[in-house]
Amino acid sequence: MQLEQTSAVQLGKKIASRELSSREVTAHFLKRMRKHDGAVSAMVHVADEQNLLSQADHVDARIARGESLSALAGVPVTIKDVLCVDGMPATCSSKMLQNYRPPYNATSVQKLLDAGLVVLGKTNMDEFAMGSSTENSVFGPTRNPWDLQRTPGGSSGGAAASLAAGITPLAIGSDTGGSVRQPAAFCGVCGLKPTYGRVSRFGLIAYASSLDQVGPMAHHVEDLAAVLEIIAGHDPRDSTSLNLPMPRLVDSLNQPLKGLRVGVVSEHQHHAALDPDIAAAVQKSQQLLQSLGAIIEEVHLPHSQYSVATYYVIAPCEASSNLARYEAAHYGYRAAPEPSARKPGGNLLEQMMVASRSEAFGEEVKRRIMLGTFALSAGYADAYYKQALKVRRLIANDYQNAFKTVDVLLGPAFPTPAFRLGEKIDDPIQMYLGDQFTVEANLAGLPALSIPAGFNSGGMPLAIQLQAPQLHEARLLNVGYQLQQSGLFSPQIAKQFT
Amino acid sequence: MQVTRQDILKVASLAKLELAESEVDFVADKFLRVLDFVAQLNQVDTTDVEEMAHPVDVHSVLRVDEQGASLSRDIALANAPKSDGEFFLVPPVLG
Repeated sequence: MQLEQTSAVQLGKKIASRELSSREVTAHFLKRMRKHDGAVSAMVHVADEQNLLSQADHVDARIARGESLSALAGVPVTIKDVLCVDGMPATCSSKMLQNYRPPYNATSVQKLLDAGLVVLGKTNMDEFAMGSSTENSVFGPTRNPWDLQRTPGGSSGGAAASLAAGITPLAIGSDTGGSVRQPAAFCGVCGLKPTYGRVSRFGLIAYASSLDQVGPMAHHVEDLAAVLEIIAGHDPRDSTSLNLPMPRLVDSLNQPLKGLRVGVVSEHQHHAALDPDIAAAVQKSQQLLQSLGAIIEEVHLPHSQYSVATYYVIAPCEASSNLARYEAAHYGYRAAPEPSARKPGGNLLEQMMVASRSEAFGEEVKRRIMLGTFALSAGYADAYYKQALKVRRLIANDYQNAFKTVDVLLGPAFPTPAFRLGEKIDDPIQMYLGDQFTVEANLAGLPALSIPAGFNSGGMPLAIQLQAPQLHEARLLNVGYQLQQSGLFSPQIAKQFT
Repeated sequence: MQVTRQDILKVASLAKLELAESEVDFVADKFLRVLDFVAQLNQVDTTDVEEMAHPVDVHSVLRVDEQGASLSRDIALANAPKSDGEFFLVPPVLG
């Protein structure tokens, strides 16, 4: 049996029944990581082997004693470098945090560790999660395992590539405007952005706080369900985390879909930029759902065309505030030598901060901080920030109206398959426009799932997206799982890594 | 709306960023393109629309005001670019 072709839930079962040990599974993926990561550069930090194996032994010992930890106990996972893991760096792929070592675990990470999962290491990303290609990284770009000349997407590109190259069965990413779903789509894996507030943001390094959400990525829909059951829940350390019970997810994957009302968003499906292969993949999914008894309806989101502009005002505004914390005093990069001569009207402390921020932030991060600063500044806040917040309300209302007549929305995750490295990096507007189908779920706080839907003639993965009303992850995963079972896709490792 | 080179330098200064003379034009060009792009939001009629700052209803969450565990000084200072073992050290603010 090839372990990298096995679902995380199956691996967990085999570890629990002691057919396999966590040590064997962990060592297997570590070996694959050593062999394959050089080609894709998904990892920015790999856990110390001895530590890792002794962690795995510890889980094996607890299982041998008859302890029941979780469905995924003993299964390895990679963590996007935006989440804090005690004992590992947390760089956000930025020079600003290159030497930062958090003294605590993010709540989502702590929950995974408590559930017996084994953290293989940290994955590459766009700096501070700002980007759609993992090219904005101080470590250099990650490559798409399906075509090394192409991007794995972003910002959780390392996470998606770590799955597609078969160096981990599970990955944790974060999604502010599509950063879990778009790289999942580019790399032929599944990615879930939960409802805003489902998963604690404590220990998730902040980009845009009203949009950020931690999300699981895997080859199998059932694995996303198993991970979300572990990481969801209220956290006293994140007052925006929802204090609501999480319904059973794994148990509802087999619910029949008869009578399910599926909406196809006209503005997405007939979008001028949509690749015909992806439009066809959405149609194929539509037919599969119909054959399972679902009813298809066309729905409209009239403000959809404004979603990217809305996102690229709100997210930079929140970023400009969040990233003000990098002042080179408590942690992070400090420019050297420190200034010794005071400039007119300034002081040495401020000069040190300005020099440090200017040297350590990359171009995209600086642009977003400046855009946000501008859009919040006196004289412009009404025209930009407040107007964007109003349009955000209209976009959320459109979704509310759509969900009056349908249970889930089906559409594309991204307009095209993975683009080439370097193709869009010099044109921010072209890069931003790609996010048009994913940002709406963040603006409205909805759960959304990206799953593979076959390949184009060039062998690149295609993907579809499902969206549901807030709190309805169980419905999304149910539909995604049924699509997977009905043959929409079979999970696979990129060919050159099999 | 006309945004000038001076405006961009002012925004950079508000954001505690410094642009080298050689990069101002490059940064300004891309900045203005994004600003032009998002200006389309002004086409939307938002009369009587309430602003939406957050995707879920957020209520103030209070906790009991009790002293809890916190980081030790050594750990809190471990990531400091400069410290004397007791305090974070920064260049002088005055003088």
